[in-house]
Amino acid sequence: MSWLLVSPVIVPLIAAAASFLFMGQRRLQRILSTAASGVLLVLAVALLAQVSANGIQVMQAGGWPAPFGVSFVADHLSAIMVVISALMAAATAVYALADIDPAREALGYHPLFQVLVAGINGAFLTGDLFNMYVWFEVMLISSFVLLTLGNRRSQLEGGLKYVAVNLVSSLLFLASIGLTYGLTGTLNMADLAIELQTAPQGLVTVLSMLFLTAFGIKAAIFPLFFWLPASYHTPPVAISAIFAGMLTKVGVYALIRAFTLLFTHDVGWTHQILLWLSGLTMLTGVLGAAAQNEFRKILSFHIISQIGYMIMGLALYTPLALAGAVFYLVHHIIVKANLFFVAGLARRVGGSFRLAELGGLYRAHPLLAILFLIPAFSLAGFPPLSGFWAKLVVVLAAVEVRSWAIVAVALVVGLLTIYSMTKIWQAAFWSPVPEGRAVGAMPSRLMIAPVAALATLTVVIGLWSGPFLALAQASAHELLDPAGYVRAVLGDAAALGYLEGRP
Amino acid sequence: MEVPVAITVGVVFGSGLYLVMQRNLLRFVFGLILLSGAVNVSLFVAGRLTRGVSPLIREGSTVPPDGAANALPQALILTAIVIGFGLIVFALVLLLRTYERLGTVKTDETIARLGDPRPVPIGSARRAPRARGTRPATRTGPADVGNDENGDGP
Repeated sequence: MSWLLVSPVIVPLIAAAASFLFMGQRRLQRILSTAASGVLLVLAVALLAQVSANGIQVMQAGGWPAPFGVSFVADHLSAIMVVISALMAAATAVYALADIDPAREALGYHPLFQVLVAGINGAFLTGDLFNMYVWFEVMLISSFVLLTLGNRRSQLEGGLKYVAVNLVSSLLFLASIGLTYGLTGTLNMADLAIELQTAPQGLVTVLSMLFLTAFGIKAAIFPLFFWLPASYHTPPVAISAIFAGMLTKVGVYALIRAFTLLFTHDVGWTHQILLWLSGLTMLTGVLGAAAQNEFRKILSFHIISQIGYMIMGLALYTPLALAGAVFYLVHHIIVKANLFFVAGLARRVGGSFRLAELGGLYRAHPLLAILFLIPAFSLAGFPPLSGFWAKLVVVLAAVEVRSWAIVAVALVVGLLTIYSMTKIWQAAFWSPVPEGRAVGAMPSRLMIAPVAALATLTVVIGLWSGPFLALAQASAHELLDPAGYVRAVLGDAAALGYLEGRP
Repeated sequence: MEVPVAITVGVVFGSGLYLVMQRNLLRFVFGLILLSGAVNVSLFVAGRLTRGVSPLIREGSTVPPDGAANALPQALILTAIVIGFGLIVFALVLLLRTYERLGTVKTDETIARLGDPRPVPIGSARRAPRARGTRPATRTGPADVGNDENGDGP
């Protein structure tokens, strides 16, 4: 029994409970939140090291053997996602110290944030479909409150759309779980991988499409993305940064898990649909961004277009493509959260998120300009930053299987991303200060430190991409060989059964 | 037994979807409640509706008696009911706050109101807007907290 495996869930939950106890003691809550995020990061890295050294880690909760109890499973993909979520939690916790106002802290920002992190990590680590639903809901309810905390009008508007669409998605997810249980009699994902092979294939395809819709709403893929640009620009920057970095990516993770472990019965059909969706997601996202003139709205639409690249990697379903998708996930979370952080810095300095009201930031604060340029260039895919390798691997994988149309879409979307980033650069940093507005001093170091750390990480991943690509390839290898996952959870006999059941 | 329950689930699910697509937010929440109920019943049917003895393990035995009912769907539904309750209560509170701030629950009107930075007293949905500075004495809900993130101040 490995406690390390569930510690990424337990640590934030303990921190949340303690934080609730110290409600009103702002200083203590702030120390607790930061310390817990630091501890989480250490534990997450230790977990990834253990998975790398000893293979897939499994814990059966309560000692009930699978498939009767709830299994927690950490393979390379889960462990990588937990590390990156811990990293985001740490960066956000530090940034929030200066960004979140005392009124929101008094309303319970710190415990809610820890519950959100616990929910995200739980969704990554669980090996049971119903348990995944529970973690999704833990994550959702805390994100609902974080999004609307403060009761601004724009928050209410964004919150309504976000809550409405996500509740419908949750119900769809739950209905799909019910139907899956009715068809197979199990909800353990490893056991499902075996059972779904012998189930009527037509019904399995229907189920796969239901899950695609439910997870697709969470991941904001075309045509289910409308809630995202309507809500992500409304809460304080620290909150929208962790949302932008992690929440849609939990949906992408669930899609990757479902379409590599559970629904591989008819790859030609299901993954072809995924490929079409990925192309449309990329295009609509980037075109939507081109039409926006508000810092965070542009970034929100770019989340959608970037999700397209990850789904594209999943849809191509080759070792290289999946490695690209995993690498892209990691790169995107770091860069996107960082850009939101920079938007917050620009707002502190220039007083607005609207590009028309910003200007002269480069002249006043060259450091801020550099901190924007690094993630912006990385997002657009300039060498030698992390985004270049992420795009390169995904596009190479598409070239390998001669999917020329998706290659063309991916490259055009890359170009249009540069257009959006230059638009922000030109309006906020390069142009003179608009009349009647002033440029203030740089905000607290607490806000600059996480931005600088994440920007450095982007450069490091770009310059020493070897070890990171190796990790991505290891997880792609595991994803394409579900027998390993089944063996780790259910034992050798079940893995043999899985291989024999395969058509 | 499964067929009539399945048809019921379909009808309730359809009604829920119809309500969810309305432009009135209160109907939307009612639709959610129906959907959530339909999903819970469908979870129940998924475990098959059979008559069985209660799944209690007798003393000295390690497995439930023959013909015991499947307890898992009930465990799933209980969890889903608790979660659904929390989510729907949150949706209702959010709806109440929107009504307090904007004086309407119709989506078309809320979108129009959100562009208007003045507080709107309850029940004045169709009245002419007041002049700036004459804050009405009626209840408008608690004031905003925190720094102004979007330039859309109170």
